[in-house]
Amino acid sequence: MSSPPATSRNMIVLNVLGPILAVLAALAVGAVIMLISGHDPITAYVALVDGSLNSKRAITETLIYTAPLILGGLAFAIAYRASLFNIGIEGQLVMGGLAAGIVGAWDLGLPTALHLPLALLAAAAAGGLWGAIPGALRAFTGAHEVITTIMLNYLAYRTVNYTIQKLGDWLPVDNQFQATNRAMDTARLPIVLDGTRLHSGILIAIACAILLWYVLFRTVFGYKVRTVGLSLGAAQYAGISWRGVFVAAMLLSGLLAGLAGAGEALGLHGRHFANPPGYGFTAIAVGLVGRNHPLAIIPSALLFGALSAGAPAMQSDADVSKEIVLVLQGLVILAVAAFAAANRIPGLRKLATPRMSSGRI
Amino acid sequence: MSTPLPTSGAVPYAVQMHDIVKRFPGGVVANDGITFDVRQGEIHALLGENGAGKSTLMNILFGIHAPDQGDIRIGGRLVEFSSPREAVEAGLGMVHQHFMLIPRFTVTENVILGSEGNTTMLDREDAARRVGELARQYGLDVDPHARLGDLPVGTQQRVEILRALYQGSRVLILDEPTALLTPQEVEDLYGVLRRLRDDGGTIIFITHKLREIAAISDRVTVIRQGKTVGTRITAETTPAELAELMVGREVVLRVDRKAGTPGETALTAENIRVTGHHVRTLLQIDRLELRRGEILGVCGVEGNGQTELIEVLSGIRHPDEGRITLAGQDVTRANPNVFRHHGLSYIPEDRHRRGLVLDFPLWENTLLGNTWHEPFVSGGRVNRGRTRQITAQLMDEFDVRAPNPDVSARTLSGGNQQKLIIAREMQREPDVLLAVQPTRGLDVGAIEFVHRQIIEARDRGKAVLVLSFELDEVLDLSDRLIVLYRGQIVGDFMNGEVSRTELGLLMGGRAANE
Repeated sequence: MSSPPATSRNMIVLNVLGPILAVLAALAVGAVIMLISGHDPITAYVALVDGSLNSKRAITETLIYTAPLILGGLAFAIAYRASLFNIGIEGQLVMGGLAAGIVGAWDLGLPTALHLPLALLAAAAAGGLWGAIPGALRAFTGAHEVITTIMLNYLAYRTVNYTIQKLGDWLPVDNQFQATNRAMDTARLPIVLDGTRLHSGILIAIACAILLWYVLFRTVFGYKVRTVGLSLGAAQYAGISWRGVFVAAMLLSGLLAGLAGAGEALGLHGRHFANPPGYGFTAIAVGLVGRNHPLAIIPSALLFGALSAGAPAMQSDADVSKEIVLVLQGLVILAVAAFAAANRIPGLRKLATPRMSSGRI
Repeated sequence: MSTPLPTSGAVPYAVQMHDIVKRFPGGVVANDGITFDVRQGEIHALLGENGAGKSTLMNILFGIHAPDQGDIRIGGRLVEFSSPREAVEAGLGMVHQHFMLIPRFTVTENVILGSEGNTTMLDREDAARRVGELARQYGLDVDPHARLGDLPVGTQQRVEILRALYQGSRVLILDEPTALLTPQEVEDLYGVLRRLRDDGGTIIFITHKLREIAAISDRVTVIRQGKTVGTRITAETTPAELAELMVGREVVLRVDRKAGTPGETALTAENIRVTGHHVRTLLQIDRLELRRGEILGVCGVEGNGQTELIEVLSGIRHPDEGRITLAGQDVTRANPNVFRHHGLSYIPEDRHRRGLVLDFPLWENTLLGNTWHEPFVSGGRVNRGRTRQITAQLMDEFDVRAPNPDVSARTLSGGNQQKLIIAREMQREPDVLLAVQPTRGLDVGAIEFVHRQIIEARDRGKAVLVLSFELDEVLDLSDRLIVLYRGQIVGDFMNGEVSRTELGLLMGGRAANE
């Protein structure tokens, strides 16, 4: 029954090397698919690297995609750690974006030091509310969050549309543009690198990852979240209010998603567009590939960010359809999942037992 | 290594298993060359601790697993079963620990299940008549038309036996058959088994309880860590010898316990009422007191309000009515941690689902239930270093065998997991200790340890409640006894005032003087 305790060294090797091998395997399978569909995988992958890593512009584009994916991945992770499956990140993200867009476009006569935090706070509050609702429904009525978060996604899309189309008389929104009005300069996220579009959203995202790691693995609150997530029976025994944890975890999840929306609205576009960006769903993959560890989510988001940034180049240089990138993303998720499953096979498990719960990668 | 017996050769063998080896994926060797011979017309006990390989061996015999090595003979004929059906056809019958019966079906329907044949129409009356005849023939008092779910557990077990007999079994395998029975039901079962044996039937009786060996078996085979360590004629052996064979070293069988010296009341529960769905009363207790320096044992058959009692006394569940006083404070509607703050510790019934988070390292399990006070936490932060240090000390003090506090609780054996829980609950130096099924699934060595801890806690002036479904355990440990039946206290005695028989009657819902 007893499996030998893994030394931390080969654990790190497996937890770091494993996903890298999984990604390489996914790229190999992707190459086969491209060969079958009559494309040259080498040209395609060269284009992918060119578009995502091979120049200052490419790298900044990757980072621009990465920022919302980190925040979305963190949103997924905090809920998942409490055993909740938040599929509503997209809805929480657009609610946050809408709130940031409106507050950001409002001429309040405030300096940046007040206006920008206020806009971010509005986004966090709107996203947090949109997350806390399904959290509370699960905690107090038992309504499953997978169902309610999907429903709330649609409610969020409609709310954004309605606000932009119908509330132009009261709010700074532009029906013509299908977006909120242009954000005031005092509410814009500053550009990090001159001459590029790279805004400080990436810094907020990394700061949030470190903060969430600290909360999960160093604080009593994080311990309670993880206990509820792993064993409801033990949580009751330990006097942990699991209902409170459900609501709090979903509120935090929505809050992080809301900040992802704010980054797009106040950083990249300067306004919130009615069309949902879809990051909320890629974020699920980011969380899973990062094994719901806040720090591991950073490289995971970088990977998906690079795939997204490189996609247009692949299309133009290698004539590979942009959808092939979606296929690659799917393959990466499958490969990482397969790796995690292989970990559970007793013979392979001997090599390493993941100890994510103690806060190590 | 089976011991040759003076009478061997005279009686033919019903079952012969030779050199059985079974490895499971992951390298666990469940059976490592077991030899096990059962003669026709005997009750043969298979004795071993949890995890010794008893169930695996029986599953191999019954065609559920295929052995990696070794051969099996039934009535002298070499067999190789690929499914339980083939085992049944060869005359084997299994009575499972958790009955494989359908509560909504009648006794007859349950008995003929699986042997109805290929006919489209079922002649219920004819089947019921045959089942009734069979029952009478073996003295199994069962109404063929009764709905199974309405019958007491002991009777349901007879239905399982009846089904095996109906299928033509000549060799009956009973897997821990007394686990859910009252002492009276156990006596009745023994009667049935003896009658079956006297009619020429062969019975394999799997158990880890020494008391049962002496009471029912003719011979006993002991297995330890997947190996046969000996076969004995029951009349020629002693419980001490069997215990030593089972554990591999000398064992203190009796709990060494002096009488307690009851002091002041530490916990009081008054007029407690817990209702479940459909307004059914699950627990109704007028008054229950736990006194310092005394062990109160709770007897009862599983499912008679034990879970609710413990949940209420530990603060996990709030009673619909009533009042709980702990250390002079009304804690009726308080959080479990408030109970802890006022001096309560609780060893829960289920290590895996309640007592531990298996995927947490040991030190995070030490934190469980301790997140409200120093030195474990301060200012909302977990004191990781200090908690690790305390865990290491506790591991040392309570002999928890693990390399360090960072390994996950899952990697520990059941005994070490339980020791970790006891260590955690004892380190707060509680005034009140609730010990629920404290030795379930543990081997003899670990049981000794746990019992000693409980008695020492009492001797240090703690009020202790012990709840166990093993009547012997409750009787061994307690100073005072209460009997729970359908959520009510139907008996309250000093230990020794009443006999096992009287307790058994109360546990079955009959008054002691009936």
